[in-house]
Amino acid sequence: MQQLLTFTIIGLSTGAIYAVVASGLVVTYTTSGIFNLAHGATGMLAAFTYWQLRFDWDVPAPIALFLTLFVLCPLFGALTERVVMRGLQGTTEVVRLSVTVALFAFMIGLANWVWPSDSSREAFLKFFEGNSVSIAGINVSWHRIITFGCAILVAIVLRLVLFRTRMGVAMRAVVDDRNLTELNGGRPDRVSMFAWALSATLAGLAGILLAGEQQLNIEPLVLLVINAYAAAIIGRLKNLPLTFLGAAVLGLLDSYYLAYSDESWFPQSAFGFSLAGIRAAIPTIVLFIALLTRPQSRLRAGIVRFREETRVPEWSTSILGAVSLVAVVVAISGMLTRSNTLLLLNGFTMAIVALSLVPLTGYAGQMSLAPLTFAGLGAIAMAKLPGDGNIATFVLAVVIVAVVGGIVALPALRLSGIYLALSTAAFAVLVTKLVFNQKQTFQSGNIAVPILKIPFVEIDSPRGRLILTATAFSLLGLLVVAVRRSRLGRRLIALKDSPAAAATLGMNLTRTKVAAFALSAGIGACAGALAGDKVSPQQYDFTQSLPVVLLAVVGGVGTVGGALFGGLLLGGNSVLASVVPSLKNLSKILPGTIGITLGRNPSGAATQTAEAFRVLKGRWNLLVFIGAGAFVIWALTAADVLSHWTFVVTGVVWFLAVAPNLPLVVASSSARRATAVVYLAAGLVITAAIDWSTALDVTGQRLIAIVILVAVIGLGAQRIMESGPRVRADSPDVIGLDRDFSGEEIERAERELRVVIR
Amino acid sequence: MTEPILELRNIRAGYGAIEVLHDLSFAVGRGQVVVLLGPNGAGKSTAIKVVSGLLRPNSGQLIVAGRDVTGARPDALARAGLCTIPEGRGIFPNLTVRENLVMATFTGFKLADVEERAYSRFPRLSERRNQLAGTMSGGEQQMLSLARALATEPAILLLDELSMGLAPKIVAELYEQVASIADDGVSVLVVEQFARTVLGVADWAVVLAHGTVQAAGPASEIGEDVLAGAYLGSSPT
Repeated sequence: MQQLLTFTIIGLSTGAIYAVVASGLVVTYTTSGIFNLAHGATGMLAAFTYWQLRFDWDVPAPIALFLTLFVLCPLFGALTERVVMRGLQGTTEVVRLSVTVALFAFMIGLANWVWPSDSSREAFLKFFEGNSVSIAGINVSWHRIITFGCAILVAIVLRLVLFRTRMGVAMRAVVDDRNLTELNGGRPDRVSMFAWALSATLAGLAGILLAGEQQLNIEPLVLLVINAYAAAIIGRLKNLPLTFLGAAVLGLLDSYYLAYSDESWFPQSAFGFSLAGIRAAIPTIVLFIALLTRPQSRLRAGIVRFREETRVPEWSTSILGAVSLVAVVVAISGMLTRSNTLLLLNGFTMAIVALSLVPLTGYAGQMSLAPLTFAGLGAIAMAKLPGDGNIATFVLAVVIVAVVGGIVALPALRLSGIYLALSTAAFAVLVTKLVFNQKQTFQSGNIAVPILKIPFVEIDSPRGRLILTATAFSLLGLLVVAVRRSRLGRRLIALKDSPAAAATLGMNLTRTKVAAFALSAGIGACAGALAGDKVSPQQYDFTQSLPVVLLAVVGGVGTVGGALFGGLLLGGNSVLASVVPSLKNLSKILPGTIGITLGRNPSGAATQTAEAFRVLKGRWNLLVFIGAGAFVIWALTAADVLSHWTFVVTGVVWFLAVAPNLPLVVASSSARRATAVVYLAAGLVITAAIDWSTALDVTGQRLIAIVILVAVIGLGAQRIMESGPRVRADSPDVIGLDRDFSGEEIERAERELRVVIR
Repeated sequence: MTEPILELRNIRAGYGAIEVLHDLSFAVGRGQVVVLLGPNGAGKSTAIKVVSGLLRPNSGQLIVAGRDVTGARPDALARAGLCTIPEGRGIFPNLTVRENLVMATFTGFKLADVEERAYSRFPRLSERRNQLAGTMSGGEQQMLSLARALATEPAILLLDELSMGLAPKIVAELYEQVASIADDGVSVLVVEQFARTVLGVADWAVVLAHGTVQAAGPASEIGEDVLAGAYLGSSPT
């Protein structure tokens, strides 16, 4: 009895912290429609800041608390809203969620940078450490009592703010109708800013309370948010009393598990599988149950027009791209060092994982936060199935995981948007905690995945695996293109654009969603089955999935090129970290920083780049010229005139800075043309004249040099020609709307629509 | 006509590359009720968006009470006395009736005053003050949006398709309220597809077609032939 009471109090006090976190989540979700995955990370940063002030700089506790909670946190929240979230209106849930993932990555990177985990730190003390009172014979620390008090205070204050103040009413009004709020004279931007500031303060409060209870570590503080998700979902993301109830239940479950898991009657295993990971999985299981008992989301009628736009890929460009990708990899792989080969290999593996998101997230608009989980399952299947890596084993492994993907999708089918994303996250965490840590899967921490056996070809070097993986990416990319151009592809797009319209046309939404999930799981499984090396469960952890999702969206999740871009960026980012220790910290915040800019360009980088190259389409003379230039650069390298790094730098400058500008050069007036040609040529020659292998001795600096060169040369040339006549790649949708069609435009429109011209 | 309270001068506006309003000019005099008529796609709602500040014109001037307010934010215009009831229902469905009225206090009025005026004009809203606005009938929802116009004493009232989805009887009742608001001296600019419903209330009518003014004149003198011409696409003779 004594034990039960003690653990009830512990559980309730943990629950009180969850409640504070969850209420902050609810505040931002209800006011801006953005589910802030980085909410826990905000609390983590606040806890670290408080520690810095209070224990490292010895600021008195009340002042440190005031500074953290009422100055820095609101400032941070308001800044987040102003800089990051405001640009996200009119984007899809996928993009909005990705931006919070980016913020999450950014903040963890920042914390790792400022407070490295290896340095020794003074302890983070509870409030009034050592003081406790006795309630009904049980010692309760002052810290716990303060925690309860805070939760109750938060509940009361939130209730009053949301329902009794005009700001609170306006906060809820903005969710209903942003424009109408403005027409009423309200200022939605200010309202959102206030909401984010309030939410950051709540996160900070929870972070500080929890850091006193546990210790100052990044991970538990960040993952605290998973418990809070479960509580928030129990409250249906808007009902605060239910949220508090959910938080209490979660806290109690955790505490009772601690109390009774050692008892003899408590099951230690089920069906031969150990249940050791269950404690960490409790919130996830609750989250899953809460999600599945949610009422089915109603189909939204009407046309939703998003800012993201992607085109239907064409066979000619797709095949050309696939072939040249493999050719480029074959050509450059001979020049790479072993470690760089492995990094590029990792990049292509990640690109395949990112590719698995293209049909599911890009086409069908179903957000998944678990792409790597399927890769992990693929790796296990490849290693465990008999056949030691022959093609039949590979195919079987992929098919099995695809079926698993389809089955897993079944309970999640009723969900959409944020709820679906969270259920995939729950699935990923469950698999990590309950499947990957079993001795039947990853015994002794890792397993060896056999290299795929292909007839007549022996693959044993990293270079061979790199070429194999790049080829696999190209083939899977073509598969995805084929899907997009097929009936299934149109169904997936329909699912994203208007589920209601698709349903009224008689389309089976369930079957389409299952197909999308199975296809995605199958592609993801390929990445794992092709690992060809020892793999560990950490590689397929849920937290590793988040950067993949993020970079896929950054690259442009609607296109195969976007997946490649995202995967390689992820690989290239680790290049930066491993080769340049001085830039290691920068690389920590890099993915996050890139992702935060998504609001400006929600279609992704690949789409934007493709738009820049669209002006080249059909201009064979220019394409031949670009190809010839690339050949010259390659030939000079082969003849040892250019070093390998100069080859890379010059090649990138040629393709990214010079090539997209060529049509502009051709079209501009003669005086400007001359200036631009001289400028571009000079830039190119200077680039090629520098031996980048010796001029800079670390890869990271060279990569930064590439970015700067491309920007200076490419944008500089554009600036020169700016006032001249511009060749724009207008969308054919808008030709002739404000004036009459010209003959050339009619021809272009017919080409776009593939109308047969005589 | 003395100095107009609202004037559009050579407004060009649209969405992205698509221009909807081509050189649109008209004015609303003080205390006048002006109705914008025209077929689907003529640019009526776009004109309302420009006036309310939701859409920034590409060129031209928006003059309110003699001052150039082109490009002003909608919330600033609202606080300055421009009350807009947008197309559809001008209410927040997930707020209660009372909270909807709280939103009207951004214009500087006290909640008690707003509530008193709204409930005295529409007693039915008083019965439903703690009900979610979205759960009321369409007519009651429009009453609520009109209540905002009544209670905040705007200088100008913009109404966009008040009749949408409502029974003719309710529409007639609502326009009676509009007429009484106008009697209090509020200038009203109203967009309506169903011309006959509003011509009885309006002083002046402007017929739009293809984003520009096709005809304008006293509401009583706008003949069937002009309307038919505008709606059916032939030019008036």
